[in-house]
Amino acid sequence: MDRTQLLLTVSIALFSLGLTGVMIRRNALVMLMCMELMLNGVILSLVTFAAATATLSGAVLVFLVFVVAAAEIAIAIPIVLLLSRQRRTLDVGAYSGLKG
Amino acid sequence: MSLEGLLLYFFAGGALLGGVLMLVARHPMRVALALIGSMLSLAGIYAVLGVHVIAVFQVLIYVGAVMVFMVYVIMLLDVRDPSFLERYSGALLPSVALAAAIAVALGAALGRGSIAAAPGLADPQGPAPAAAFEVQPFSVEFLEQYWLHFELTSVLLLAAVVAAIAVIKAGWRRDG
Repeated sequence: MDRTQLLLTVSIALFSLGLTGVMIRRNALVMLMCMELMLNGVILSLVTFAAATATLSGAVLVFLVFVVAAAEIAIAIPIVLLLSRQRRTLDVGAYSGLKG
Repeated sequence: MSLEGLLLYFFAGGALLGGVLMLVARHPMRVALALIGSMLSLAGIYAVLGVHVIAVFQVLIYVGAVMVFMVYVIMLLDVRDPSFLERYSGALLPSVALAAAIAVALGAALGRGSIAAAPGLADPQGPAPAAAFEVQPFSVEFLEQYWLHFELTSVLLLAAVVAAIAVIKAGWRRDG
């Protein structure tokens, strides 16, 4: 197995692990962290392709994705904190009223 | 096998181990530590690949900023929360089956060779193109060609700051 194949396999595995975590865990914060894992898997594939093609634009795109991820966390964490203050729990089952 | 290959396998194993630990750990703090380990392993992979700029940013932004923020929030929360004790929701088996199906589908696409054999890919066994990814070429390319995107990200960050303040203020108003 060459290097690109190995890293893409790891990337797929990380994405799937993160997706599993988002779906099976109950805690909202843990779900957020599993989303970060999915994002990291995708970033790994981006970096792999950037390194394999020796182009800088992939690396620039990775940098922009980092910024977007930081912004996402900056919004998501206050929302989770406010939710937990309202219902005193982070269990997403307690917020099933949001589905309408 | 070269040292580089060994390191690559080591860090890949570390990243996967961190991902698996995230699924089985009970307390969010352990999940966060597993995620930090996974991210550090990924930074190691990027360093082995020769993409040092991204490796440094991975440690600085993800581990240094995002995960420290996350750990901080976990410490703010009540540890007697029932969601800390019960790990999994009811849809455990269907979710695992769905994720496994997606993994198999992606792996099949990879196995057919349609991705790795795409035109433009350099020889994957060859040496890492380290010279292209040093700080200076990266910065020059970034600020000469992608300066508009750079400025747009600052607008995005400003919007995120304003939105975070708005969310917090909405919470204050409701609490009275």
